[in-house]
Amino acid sequence: MRLILGVLLTAVSLVAAAAPDGAELFGRYCAACHGDKGDGGVGVPLSLPTFLDSVDDRFLAETIRYGRPGRVMPAFDALSDAQVSAIVTYIRAWSKQPAPIYGDKPVSGDPVHGKELFASHCAACHGENGGGGKGTGVTFSRHRDLPIIAPALNNSGFLRAATDEMIRYTLQYGRPGTPMISSKEQGLSGQDVNDLVSYVRSFDGHATDTHPADPAVAATLSAESPYTLEETVENIKQAITSQNFILIRTDTLEHGLVKEGEENPRQVILHFCNFNFLYEALAVDPRVGMFLPCLVAVTEQAGKVTVSTIDPQYLSQLFNNVELDEYCKRMRGVYQSIIEEATL
Amino acid sequence: MKLHQLTGFLAWVVLFVTQSVHAEDIIMTRSVLAFPEAMLVLQESIAAHGYTVSRVQRIDVGLTGKGYQTDKYRIVFAAKLDEIRMLTERAPQLVPYLPPKISIFAEGEQTVLVTINPERYGIIADGAVDPVFFKRWESDLRSIFHDVNSAR
Ligand code: HEC
Ligand code: HEC
Repeated sequence: MRLILGVLLTAVSLVAAAAPDGAELFGRYCAACHGDKGDGGVGVPLSLPTFLDSVDDRFLAETIRYGRPGRVMPAFDALSDAQVSAIVTYIRAWSKQPAPIYGDKPVSGDPVHGKELFASHCAACHGENGGGGKGTGVTFSRHRDLPIIAPALNNSGFLRAATDEMIRYTLQYGRPGTPMISSKEQGLSGQDVNDLVSYVRSFDGHATDTHPADPAVAATLSAESPYTLEETVENIKQAITSQNFILIRTDTLEHGLVKEGEENPRQVILHFCNFNFLYEALAVDPRVGMFLPCLVAVTEQAGKVTVSTIDPQYLSQLFNNVELDEYCKRMRGVYQSIIEEATL
Repeated sequence: MKLHQLTGFLAWVVLFVTQSVHAEDIIMTRSVLAFPEAMLVLQESIAAHGYTVSRVQRIDVGLTGKGYQTDKYRIVFAAKLDEIRMLTERAPQLVPYLPPKISIFAEGEQTVLVTINPERYGIIADGAVDPVFFKRWESDLRSIFHDVNSAR
């Protein structure tokens, strides 16, 4: 015990004394999404030289601070400045070039013309109103439309972190090695580029990226059933089918935790699925497993039969993904209908 | 656990305690191991922490069976029976969230793990269960994720 305490104290003093370790911090906070070498995953790649050579350190630091609201990338608002800058230094070292330095001077152009150009040249990847491509990050194991999904530009986090000069550079040179091609390849003039930058900048203050957490949404949807547990289970089976979902199996809650036959029989779980819906949701957020399998619980306690499900809208609030929110709203409707149908 | 493993783990715990001022709702980690190996380490670590894997849901098998293309994607349910009984008794609103689960999926040659921070279940339980319970649960989960993350 004394040994453990000694080790612990040494570790405390080491951590307290040392400057923050960028590699360690990246591994702890970023690697799950961006890859341990920055090659992307749930998040976009960060190690590509064409990306790093187009963004300054301030862009990186502010992206870490503000995140990308509604686009999965969290805001790391609790990290110290020293920790953020250690991460930036660590990321920066993936490129051999020094960091570019951009001024704050706004680019002037015609946002109305920019909007037209955006619709014809950019919207296919970045979304109609700059809300970003469907899904995020890199295609590895599940279907995506592009090898790298285009980030949201109509996004308060992006707009705060990016300067006009950085956006202009990105349009001029593109990001070779990614689907983002240069203005030259797109056949756009210097003036077109300026018009596009001013259109992207015009999103400022209009970004519709976050739904503030809705306090009215509770963690579970539930209703008391006027039927017996057995009848309620049968009703739910029918309701699942009528909602175009497939019943996968019926189990006790304690299944697998205790010897068969010793489970509490008054806690029944019905698992169901709609594979098409699931497949689409997975493309939008690979973390969707946390909503699976779809299930309805039927429990009986003190003679009262209750039907309950998670509220997908509640759970979705934890994922910082507006696209996922839409799927969860739909799923919430399905759960509500099943509960209503079964307890009517 | 060997001494160097213990030291590593303690240093990591200290790092975690001193750095995570901000509660994370979703806990994620990455393993450099391919899916089957990462899955093995996960199940071993779950058992070593005293939890029982009650089921592994093979989402990918369901999807490919219906003609959709996907890489390995599984959901691992794990719990302790007495804890599940205590939770469903005191906080029935948690029932549809139980048993708690970990998503594990292949990402190229590597594997990603995702779970919900048990602290969230504490919020849902709304005082019906001592918050210390969820803190301990969170630290077990982080330790399990650490095992998977550091396995080579
Ligand atoms: C073929 C798809 C595609 C088209 C067309 C496209 N982009 Fe991109 N764009 C991307 C991708 C993918 C990225 C992310 C590249 C990376 O990973 O660094 C990107 C990155 C960007 C960025 C940097 C965003 C950030 O968060 O760093 C800006 C700004 C941008 N694009 C603007 C535009 C504009 C304006 C147009 C139209 C002229 C356009 N893009 C056309 C795919 C596209
Ligand atoms: C939960 C997953 C997740 C985590 C964790 C995460 N990111 Fe991201 N990150 C993303 C996604 C997704 C995007 C792209 C957003 C979009 O598509 O609009 C992104 C975008 C970025 C960008 C902008 C890239 C570009 O082309 O402009 C940077 C820089 C970045 N992240 C750095 C980090 C760093 C550093 C960390 C750790 C401190 C981190 N991220 C943690 C998911 C994540």
